[in-house]
Amino acid sequence: MSKPVIATASLAGCFGCHMSLLDIDDRILQLVELVALDKSPVDDIKRFTRPVDIGLIEGGCCNSENVHVLRSFRENCRTLVSVGECATMGGLPALRNGIPLKECLDEAYMNSPTVAPEDRLIPNDEELPIILDKVYPCHEIVKIDAFLPGCPPSADLIWEAVTALIQGRPLDLPYNLVKYD
Amino acid sequence: MEDFKDILARRKKDPGRLLDILADVQAREGRVPPAAVAEIARALKLSEAEVRGVVTFYHFFSLDSRGRAAVYLNDSVTSRMNGRAAVARAFEEEAGCRFGEVSADALIGLFPTSCIGMNDQEPSAIINGVVFTRLTAERARDIVRGLRAGASARDLVGTYGDGANQSDLVRAMVMNDIRRRGPVLFGPFEPGSAVRAAVSLKPEQVVEEVRRSNLLGRGGAGFPTGLKWDLCRKEKADRHYVVCNADEGEPGTFKDRVILTELPRLLFEGMAVAGYAVGAREGVLYLRAEYSYLKARLESVLDAMRREGLLGKNVAGSPDFDFDIIIKSGAGAYVCGEESALLESAEGKRGEPRDRPPFPVQVGYQGQPTTVNNVETLATAAQVLAHGAAWFTSMGTPKSAGTKLLSVSGDCAAPGVYEVEFGLTVRDLLDMVGGGDAQAVQVGGPSGTCLSPAGFDRKVCFSDLATGGSVIVFGPGRDIFEAVASFMEFFVEESCGWCTPCRAGNVLLKRKFEKVVAGRGAARDLEELEAWGKLVKATSRCGLGQTSPNPILTTLQNFRGLYEAKVRTGADFIPDFDLGEALQEGCSAAGRQPECKESLHD
Amino acid sequence: MTEIRFTIDGREGRATAGQTIVEAAKANGVYIPVLCHYEGLKPVGSCRVCTVRVGGKYMAACTQPIAEGMAVENTAPDLEDMRRALIEMLFVEGNHMCPTCEKSGNCELQALAYRYRIMAPRFPYLFPVRELDASSPKIMLERNRCIQCLRCVRAIRAKDGRGVFAARDRTGRVTIDADRNLAARLTDEEARRAMDVCPVGAILRKEVGFAVPIGRRKFDRKPIGSDVEEGPAR
Repeated sequence: MSKPVIATASLAGCFGCHMSLLDIDDRILQLVELVALDKSPVDDIKRFTRPVDIGLIEGGCCNSENVHVLRSFRENCRTLVSVGECATMGGLPALRNGIPLKECLDEAYMNSPTVAPEDRLIPNDEELPIILDKVYPCHEIVKIDAFLPGCPPSADLIWEAVTALIQGRPLDLPYNLVKYD
Repeated sequence: MEDFKDILARRKKDPGRLLDILADVQAREGRVPPAAVAEIARALKLSEAEVRGVVTFYHFFSLDSRGRAAVYLNDSVTSRMNGRAAVARAFEEEAGCRFGEVSADALIGLFPTSCIGMNDQEPSAIINGVVFTRLTAERARDIVRGLRAGASARDLVGTYGDGANQSDLVRAMVMNDIRRRGPVLFGPFEPGSAVRAAVSLKPEQVVEEVRRSNLLGRGGAGFPTGLKWDLCRKEKADRHYVVCNADEGEPGTFKDRVILTELPRLLFEGMAVAGYAVGAREGVLYLRAEYSYLKARLESVLDAMRREGLLGKNVAGSPDFDFDIIIKSGAGAYVCGEESALLESAEGKRGEPRDRPPFPVQVGYQGQPTTVNNVETLATAAQVLAHGAAWFTSMGTPKSAGTKLLSVSGDCAAPGVYEVEFGLTVRDLLDMVGGGDAQAVQVGGPSGTCLSPAGFDRKVCFSDLATGGSVIVFGPGRDIFEAVASFMEFFVEESCGWCTPCRAGNVLLKRKFEKVVAGRGAARDLEELEAWGKLVKATSRCGLGQTSPNPILTTLQNFRGLYEAKVRTGADFIPDFDLGEALQEGCSAAGRQPECKESLHD
Repeated sequence: MTEIRFTIDGREGRATAGQTIVEAAKANGVYIPVLCHYEGLKPVGSCRVCTVRVGGKYMAACTQPIAEGMAVENTAPDLEDMRRALIEMLFVEGNHMCPTCEKSGNCELQALAYRYRIMAPRFPYLFPVRELDASSPKIMLERNRCIQCLRCVRAIRAKDGRGVFAARDRTGRVTIDADRNLAARLTDEEARRAMDVCPVGAILRKEVGFAVPIGRRKFDRKPIGSDVEEGPAR
């Protein structure tokens, strides 16, 4: 009987949710007994090598590459979980929503006091992902099965949720673990 | 330097007259400038923020300039059905600015406006209070050129309409389009007969007569008029009031406009009868801003009635009944057709509905017991007094006595006003108006119901299809979803903003609806559309939110096939997201196209 | 004082004439969730979170007077779901960035969402564009968080009765303005009262930052409404 497989990704996030996952401290020794980790920034597996049971997504979608990764996670993961405020509601990156994108780019690359006049150029290179008109919460792009709010969600919340999902238990989170900040 | 002393003096610095004060300022300045806000706040003992709060609530007041000539192009569903888009483009091209803007020379402002009650003669517009009907792109251009050349809106009116629309004090292009005169509103009426009949009885007897007539409110809600007058009368207070609701904002309703134009005496006698019944000495006619072109004539009719002793002291010779009527104007807010919001507005405040209880008959205008009645209700009540309850109940149905004015518009040969007995089927009505090939009929305006042919045997009456009078006919080939979209835009614009489900819920409902119509809907989206609609209806504070989901809910019920055809079967979840659309801004800012076009779509 | 007998979710209760359903419930130890409601202020029925069902009809418990024989439904599952939906509507209608908000942990909107364990709203986020107003010397209006509860409009008046805060515009554009002149004359006490009366982080005192550590904020340990449910009336 093979172990459940977990994969993770950080899209338009700060990696704080991944750091919070690692805050499970020595429980990580239990975790690696319970699950197998697949594609994730915390290991060196860059592509999905097998079907995944639980996908943990940090960060919302701010560019086309985020959407591509999110969609591939949806295809490869049985259960997909939005982890943290950015994945759930756009988070800090979404503060730009409502401001026309051109204004944001002009502010950063054309009018910024730290850009030399001869370097005024909005970056345009095929190696750069194209930025979306606004930052999207993940569940507005693909179906998300569960949400763990927080900035970041505490290690205890992540631990509680992941173990429940692995064991097929319903998520019954205590009051003090559900926080949006 | 701007000075508003004269305007304030004319209104006696009465806070209750704030809307009239603001209307005077807006007319003179094309806006309500900061100096006016400051002077009004000082005089009326309000904060400047409070004054600005009233200005910004109403569509026809503004802090910013609306141009010397503010062009409000009607945006009703019937206007769209009759070529509004081309007229709008012509206005924009000729004026040199877009809708929502004022031209560079500050002369012309272009703005949309919610249904102005001219559905039978669209496309229509109001320019500085003057109504223009049956516009064409050519006419739009002529009007703008005329305004630029220095003509006033008045000068640019084409031929006058029919009936009293031609009178000196009106001189409007508006047509009455009375297609069918019935025995009540358009039946014989001897001026003075209603008031004389009333004062010959005791007030309780007048109430009893109206109760026996089974007259139900003609504004759409159908509350028994006799009962309302009785409750008002019985409430002990220093003063009682009669308020006539002439806000007529439900899109597709224009029958009160015709009563106000052709039968003002009947209406005013009805108000006097109501006043006598409830013990009021004063009546208020709350006239929607869009009908202010009728105001001068209405005032002159009131003057004539005073000279004849039918208003003022000792009405119709009665020793102890004095009664007079003042006219107060609205300023562009559909929600002010709701009786408690109307009272707030009439008191010079934002037109936000009140919590009930207490009801207006207990605590109403200026805190006093008030009966708020629709124009048609009061005019009908006058005829009931003149001819008797038995005469009235001989018409219509047992539960819905008498007749109803219907204002019919849309795809029919003879749009206009029809007076019919209650109990008429929609099918028979369609025959009457020349709309037999209708694919849908909207009865009761957007807050009513959208009927498919399966429902055409239903009857216009309070126990079946209750309506304030609005009937909009959609012929074959019309896109029902476009009508629904227009209705939802209307409700989103007209919500007062006080309560969560209406203010936020309608926006979310509209979004969900647009998602489905764009082909991005799964079966569950239809379920959510219905669930969210029911939530908004159940939890909204007033009649607006309690009916605003109806365009979606009634078409889901009666035209489900149209929705099913839009839904992508087999998909459990479809996001409201199109990668190609989402990338457009980024691509144009960076100056390139995305690499993998195949990956744009799911 | 006339005594009124009623039931709430089948349980009997006693109230006095003139009380609203919310007050009557509270007096009997039953919590009906409220948000725009504030003790001492005339209720306005704006948030609709207190929606209850009586005889099949829905009504706002904060504005509806209690009546003899009323059978109030408060915790029926569909009612609770309506409340969740209304709270979710408030979240998506504004820009509620809890991680950077000074009121987080003491915020009544957030506390209600915690009470109902709302993990993500069922509605799409609207991401409205709203203007901050930092022009007053003592307070700041962070309109992204405003839920139009009108508590500030009701509570903060100048001595002559003029409104320091007033609603502007209508529909989804409705917003709260602070009158420039009157806001400039607010005392520290009045500024504090304005911030306290606001249920969310929309009215903030200037030069006053985070004061209470995480873990000791008002709603960190116990859900909103606990005071009613565990209070003396029980």
